[in-house]
Amino acid sequence: MEFHEVEKRYGALVALRRVTFSVAPGEFIALLGANGSGKTTLLRLAALLLYPSRGEVKFPGYAADSPSTLKARIGVVAHSTLLYDELTAEENLRFFARLYELPVMDERITQALEACGVTQRRESLVRTFSRGMRQRLAIARALLHGPGLLLLDEPATGLDRQGLDWLVTTLGSLRVAGCTILMSTHAQSEAISLATRAVLLDRGALVQDTGAGGDPRTLLADAGHAGAAR
Amino acid sequence: MTIIRAAGIVLSKELRLEFRSRELLTTTVVFVLMVIVLFSFSFDPTSEESRRFGPGLLWIAFLFAGSLMLNPSFAREQSNDTLHALRLAPVEPFAILLGKILANFAFLLLMEFLLLPIFAVLYNVAMLPVLGRLVLVLLLGTLGLAVTGTAFSAISAQARMRELLLPLLLLPVLTPILIASVECTSGLLADPPELRMNWMNVLIAFDIIFLAVSYLLCETLLEE
Amino acid sequence: MNFARTNWPAVLGAAALIGVAGYAALFIAPEERTMGAIQRIFYFHVPCAWTAFSAFFVVFVCNIVYLVRRDLKWDWIGVSAAEVGLAFCTAVLVTGPIWARPVWGIWWTWDARLTSTFVLWLMYVSYLLLRTLLPDTEKRARISAAFGIFAFLDVPLVYFSIWLWRTQHPQPVIGGGGSLDPTMRWVLLLCWSALLSVMILMVRQRYRLERMRHEAEELAHAVEERAR
Repeated sequence: MEFHEVEKRYGALVALRRVTFSVAPGEFIALLGANGSGKTTLLRLAALLLYPSRGEVKFPGYAADSPSTLKARIGVVAHSTLLYDELTAEENLRFFARLYELPVMDERITQALEACGVTQRRESLVRTFSRGMRQRLAIARALLHGPGLLLLDEPATGLDRQGLDWLVTTLGSLRVAGCTILMSTHAQSEAISLATRAVLLDRGALVQDTGAGGDPRTLLADAGHAGAAR
Repeated sequence: MTIIRAAGIVLSKELRLEFRSRELLTTTVVFVLMVIVLFSFSFDPTSEESRRFGPGLLWIAFLFAGSLMLNPSFAREQSNDTLHALRLAPVEPFAILLGKILANFAFLLLMEFLLLPIFAVLYNVAMLPVLGRLVLVLLLGTLGLAVTGTAFSAISAQARMRELLLPLLLLPVLTPILIASVECTSGLLADPPELRMNWMNVLIAFDIIFLAVSYLLCETLLEE
Repeated sequence: MNFARTNWPAVLGAAALIGVAGYAALFIAPEERTMGAIQRIFYFHVPCAWTAFSAFFVVFVCNIVYLVRRDLKWDWIGVSAAEVGLAFCTAVLVTGPIWARPVWGIWWTWDARLTSTFVLWLMYVSYLLLRTLLPDTEKRARISAAFGIFAFLDVPLVYFSIWLWRTQHPQPVIGGGGSLDPTMRWVLLLCWSALLSVMILMVRQRYRLERMRHEAEELAHAVEERAR
């Protein structure tokens, strides 16, 4: 995936300015920055939910006119759970499994439910779930179709100790399997230990990039400073 | 995946959501019933005149109810950003819109079929002889309402005051449907019953045009 | 860009055109047989309607171009034309009853064209109302463009269905159905061109206002950014 001179404006507000960077397959990039620095906007552009006001988001190897094949390979964990509160956990997963045309649906759904630990409550409405369980189910939903590109927006929000461990383990095994991961996170997050690269955003501009070989932790201090200066 | 299949999946989700609580359906049916009864107080319902007003009253009640019932179609997708989840999926945008159109069409028809016998009783109207043709009129008119209402629901969901906005946007635009449906219904309830083809053509034209425009504009309607 | 600069030749030209048209309508056009002097309002009423249509057609075109090009300029032209069109539409709805009252004795005859124009008026009021309820610039432009396209394509259906409806219940028709005396015809066209020039001037003014408003917003944001 490549971001090329991407700019996103909302009226007079500039959310992203001239952001350019490339993501190689298999990389695990931690997206750092204070609130309002443009992390969510960047992830939405990567998910093809938004289109840039200027510049391009390119996916070399995928034809521009068949977004469906591309979307089938992208998984997203957003700020909101992206789940239907008035459907059960199982119904939610089944709905998305059908939309993504997954084979062996029942097995996958059962596995996903087990993995995120909600098997007991599979027939309960999502509305009745705790915050942590919803977040776990949201993550399971994103992984259901085996995406090659995973976009996560502060996935640790709402997770308890157990959930966090599960998230870290899952991300670890995904990285080993070659999944490309782009995750926005706060500097103090544990998940950052898994990242192979870090990128810092400040007020919409990409200010630092540790690059493919660099150590993400070097950016933690800067990320902290950027947060404090505002 | 074809658009039809994807729309079918969305449709089944919408139906499942609605039939779980049935709150929208029941509220709307009661509302229409109330409108019909209240309207009747403004004139003498047993006189000959009332049979002339009947079809108009019925369709106005349907339109009002429809414009209230169609709101949640897209407004509901804003909780938890589920509309994003739909857009992320590898389906054509029109499939999402079509699924919702079909769901709304089904709900509206259900409401109308429940109310039609009640209306027939209250206004002493003989519907059975013309039932087949009446159903055809209902189908065409309701389709126009569903298509326009769903598209406008997508429009108003992004604005403030969306509950008031949807009827405001919808009712002037639905004027042809109202007039045509009332004329067709009146024609069928007249003596002898006739199917007014010129008005049927208006309904068909409206349905085709608005469906086509919805298809052309679907990405714009769903965009963030 | 000097926004204060008024295009004096254009304004004077339009004023002259109005003057000529007004004189023609009041003095040159022959007196109508049955209705008397009040009929002269026809030379204002009908061109107003045509001008309103022209404005709404401009809105339609701007809506389409905006959705294709995503250049805000088209949104500004569109809203300007919509507001001006609405003004002319209101004029039509006001002059209609003023004409009808002395001639037929009632204010509103449910004449097909006037009624359809009323529905048109309602649709464009909704359009403008929709815009006020959409605070984000880009979203407002995009969503109202979509609605505008639906509304405009509905207009022929509205006019046709109301016309068909009224033919079943005939009523006095405002504006007359029959053929026009040639003098009347060219006076009518003259009045239309006068009103069109007014429309163009008003749209231009409104467009400038919108553009200035947008630039002021941008400046305000830039100042805010600097301050941080």
